[in-house]
Amino acid sequence: MNARDNSTGGTVRAGYVRPLDIRNGRIDMGHGAGGRAAAQLIDEIFLAAFDNPFLRQGNDGASLAIPQGSRLVMATDAHVISPLFFPGGDIGALSVHGTVNDVAMMGATPLYLSASFILEEGFPLADLKRIVQSMAAAAREAGVAVVTGDTKVVEQGKGDGVFISTTGVGVVPHGIDVSGANARPGDVILLSGTVGDHGVAVLSQRESLEFETTIVSDTAALNGLVADMLAVCPAIRTLRDPTRGGLATTLNEIAGQSGVGMLLDEAAIPVKPEVDAACELLGLDSLYVANEGKLVAIVSADQADAVLAAMRAHPRGVDAARIGVVQADTHHFVQMNTRFGGRRVVDWLSGEQLPRIC
Amino acid sequence: MKYIDEFRDGDVARKIGERLRAEADPARQYSFMEFCGGHTHAISRYGVRELLPPNVRMIHGPGCPVCVLPIGRVDMAIKLALEHDVIVCTYGDTMRVPASDNLSLTKAKARGGDIRMVYSATDALTIARDNPGREVVFFAIGFETTTPPTALAILRAQREGLKNFSVLCCHVLTPSAITHILESPEVRQYGTVPIDGFIGPAHVSIVIGAAPYEHFAEEYRKPVVIAGFEPLDVMQAILMLVRQVNEGRAHVENEFTRAVDRDGNLAAQQKVSEVFELRPSFEWRGLGEVPYSALKIRPAFAEFDAERRFDVGYKPVADNKACECGAILRGVKKPTDCKIFGTVCTPENPVGSCMVSSEGACAAHYAYGRFKDILVKVSA
Repeated sequence: MNARDNSTGGTVRAGYVRPLDIRNGRIDMGHGAGGRAAAQLIDEIFLAAFDNPFLRQGNDGASLAIPQGSRLVMATDAHVISPLFFPGGDIGALSVHGTVNDVAMMGATPLYLSASFILEEGFPLADLKRIVQSMAAAAREAGVAVVTGDTKVVEQGKGDGVFISTTGVGVVPHGIDVSGANARPGDVILLSGTVGDHGVAVLSQRESLEFETTIVSDTAALNGLVADMLAVCPAIRTLRDPTRGGLATTLNEIAGQSGVGMLLDEAAIPVKPEVDAACELLGLDSLYVANEGKLVAIVSADQADAVLAAMRAHPRGVDAARIGVVQADTHHFVQMNTRFGGRRVVDWLSGEQLPRIC
Repeated sequence: MKYIDEFRDGDVARKIGERLRAEADPARQYSFMEFCGGHTHAISRYGVRELLPPNVRMIHGPGCPVCVLPIGRVDMAIKLALEHDVIVCTYGDTMRVPASDNLSLTKAKARGGDIRMVYSATDALTIARDNPGREVVFFAIGFETTTPPTALAILRAQREGLKNFSVLCCHVLTPSAITHILESPEVRQYGTVPIDGFIGPAHVSIVIGAAPYEHFAEEYRKPVVIAGFEPLDVMQAILMLVRQVNEGRAHVENEFTRAVDRDGNLAAQQKVSEVFELRPSFEWRGLGEVPYSALKIRPAFAEFDAERRFDVGYKPVADNKACECGAILRGVKKPTDCKIFGTVCTPENPVGSCMVSSEGACAAHYAYGRFKDILVKVSA
């Protein structure tokens, strides 16, 4: 951390290190070798953005105090995304939101993050700086600190620019027990907003697929929303963010974990018209498209109105809706009454979602 | 979505459902085949069957492009990628079709094959332009809907003098497949598949027009109603078929007038016949060899024909013995009649091709309709 002399002065003095050439510089193997170049990269890009007392200590890890009487929650998430920058966000913000949300979905208050970066040789320093600054901004907004990290460099062709893996730690106050296994027949399923925004925003930027759209990713930290919901109803049974695999996959996971079935009302599930249209064009089903700033909550029927009102009062939940009910079903099917008047199964996503050709 | 939501209106669907119940003769059964996978998908996804009277049965036909693709053809594409170091480009659904040796294009990609999903034949051309040092093959599949874009890609490659682009042509023809089903012993002699009429293709008919079906209506006395792929199109077409059956008529009627006319897209047809000619015979998965049912590239465009350009001979491969895809594609059996449906054969590990695409009869039933089987079993 201290490879560079921080003193300032007019003339070149002993110990002076020329700063990184952010504008034209690129990652080379030396940045991963653990020597002076690596230290400089950490100093000028990572430490400069994430600055906090834990990092400044320069230790191999962070020493954290655990609040008395609470449980610790830990979650980890690896982020690989193409393109790295997309409408509404980038891999940096995403890597913070993804893990913060995983911790929050346990009913916990996220406090600390670790971040490790796998960088590809040749990756522009300017892009790296932009990503790291976006991460730092996302962390500040979510109220978490990046307290430890690591950087490795792989040869060109062995990575996709940058991969970011983050781990989050949070605490759950006594008396809160949120789990995917807690849904019970009769419970109500709430959704915090429109589905499919993130997946469609990213797809619209893919090289082979570029299409003009005003859709932006919904990537956002949801810990504030969760806190407001728990404040009105500490007995929320289940919280989960429907990321990869979309709403359909998340509900199937919960149905399996809790040993229940579900019945959804298609007309109640909010979808932006432009997302709906893009899915129609691409042959995709918005129920299976990824979200990065939405959550599903399962609550007992008598608490549903209060929780829904709390969600709608929060900026991240203005479009929140009651989308279905939990029911007894030994086969754990998620079923849906279609807008058309029929009924069908909403199954797991199998494989990748591929466009139909006909 | 304007122009789409109108065709998914639940209130209108209920009204057509009521008309169907009023007009369908309770003393008889009605069995209609929807030829296209697009119709199969719409019926399953929107729960159309729930709105039909119990004596109206829909049989899923063979019109799912990836479902009828034989193993041997996918093997050829895999061989091109793995043994000839070719960049193979194809449409999304094709990636998962099971091939020999437990492979598929997706799995061949994981073994190092350069296999890329494209949204159009033109994208494959772009890849060829961008990789002048590599051979690029477009693995072209589908019915008459996807054939004109392939023809255009070949014409354009010729005009540009592209030397590294060719097409593995597996385009098949709808009318010959319908004839084959009508000529099959189950339909013609034994009567085990009682087909009272057809829902005619949507997108295919935009290209070929309504005229090619007149032969079936006349020769085999089967009504055909051409319908769009939206659920209300399908319901309206079923009502029109019921009326024809009740009145003893067998005509070609067009529900999809907003897109289909009698002659079809003549410009597209002209491009197709410029580039392609009939194959004397082609193997369909489930149907076997069907005479004059597919297209090949004309000798004048030989340099763009991957079959001539590379040494990848076609070897027919028998389907898994337990797989009933053949009988299901001919309408003889239902997905649930297959012993391995939903157990050994699932969308994650498809044994037969009907489980691959969401348009396939098995995959559509697995994904959208499975709960109905179980309810039946529970009450029985």
